[in-house]
Amino acid sequence: MVSFLHALSTWAVPMMIVLIPLYAAYRKVPVYETFVDGAKDGFQTAIGIIPHLVGMMTAISMFRASGAMDAMLGLVRPLFERIGIPGEVLPLGMLRPITGAGSLAYATDLIKTHGPDSMIARIASTIQGSTDTTLYVLTVYFGAVGIRKSRYALKVGLFSDAVGFFAAVAVCWLLF
Amino acid sequence: MVNWIWLGMIVFSVVFAAANGRAQQVTEAAFGGAQTGVTVCLGLISILVFWLGLMRIAEESGLVRKLSKLFAPIVARLFPDVPRDHPAFGYILSNMSANVLGLGNAATPMGIKAMQELQTLNPEPHVATPAMCTLLALNTASITLIPTTMIAIRMNFGSANPTDIVVSTLLATIVSTGAAILADRWYRRRSGSPPIALSPPKPNAETKGG
Repeated sequence: MVSFLHALSTWAVPMMIVLIPLYAAYRKVPVYETFVDGAKDGFQTAIGIIPHLVGMMTAISMFRASGAMDAMLGLVRPLFERIGIPGEVLPLGMLRPITGAGSLAYATDLIKTHGPDSMIARIASTIQGSTDTTLYVLTVYFGAVGIRKSRYALKVGLFSDAVGFFAAVAVCWLLF
Repeated sequence: MVNWIWLGMIVFSVVFAAANGRAQQVTEAAFGGAQTGVTVCLGLISILVFWLGLMRIAEESGLVRKLSKLFAPIVARLFPDVPRDHPAFGYILSNMSANVLGLGNAATPMGIKAMQELQTLNPEPHVATPAMCTLLALNTASITLIPTTMIAIRMNFGSANPTDIVVSTLLATIVSTGAAILADRWYRRRSGSPPIALSPPKPNAETKGG
């Protein structure tokens, strides 16, 4: 089962790369021209993240270098490592619903510090990739139509973020 | 909130630097962090350019519409108070399909359109309806097939197998989306809205009369 899932991980991307253009060609879409047209947006998207990521990476790097990160992690580590959760990923779980750029920067910092194939990096990537920034989504979607009372929407979003956090840790321990 | 977190990290950094005598390291870290931020973004260009190109092909070929058909029965059950022939229904489907393909840029406008259409069914314009809360829950949990950004970052730092997080991410996102749907249903039931469609709903039937 685990080896099948690993094969699925390895093959998901190449299968999409071949099947999507094949299907499009069958539907008579000019595949290459369409590709180039859509690819133009990628540049803008990547450049647009720079200010956000620079701001957050700066703060997180300072936080780590000053020793503040170790002091904070020292408080939570004993509690969480007993149940198999590396203390390092806990701040990520807290940042994820609040700031997309901040959690991306922190996940990047973990990958850089612990190596991309470490357990911590894999858990961090899974947490970062598996959920969206709840507060941002709420602000944009409800803001667009002038909703001021969001009722239980925030609670539902934060609850699913918390469940996703523990699920990410558990799934990584099972798979890797 | 983001402002306070950012400011807090910087202030605590300098306070701890003073206490630990690490002023020099903190200064270096500030500029080093900025550099990492730029390097990571530049590394993202290649993958984002490629992936968005591929996803445009998916869009043009009608795959998004195909996925929508697949989701229609599920969405009908999740949104019992939205009539199936209402425009909101179509936008909700496009929003979900775009999210699954990782088309964030396409998903957000579709989601906002869906919200605007749901607003036409809303008797109190400033208060979210249960259907709006469900749409939000689906978007905050956001099922995504391929976590391209994290694959790109792991690749940048020299991972031996950057895509090995695809399945772990997919499993985690399925669990968190399931949790979002269950929590949403629980709150819906508590607020007295029908959790499952048993008969075709008649929106605004009483507000029109009054």
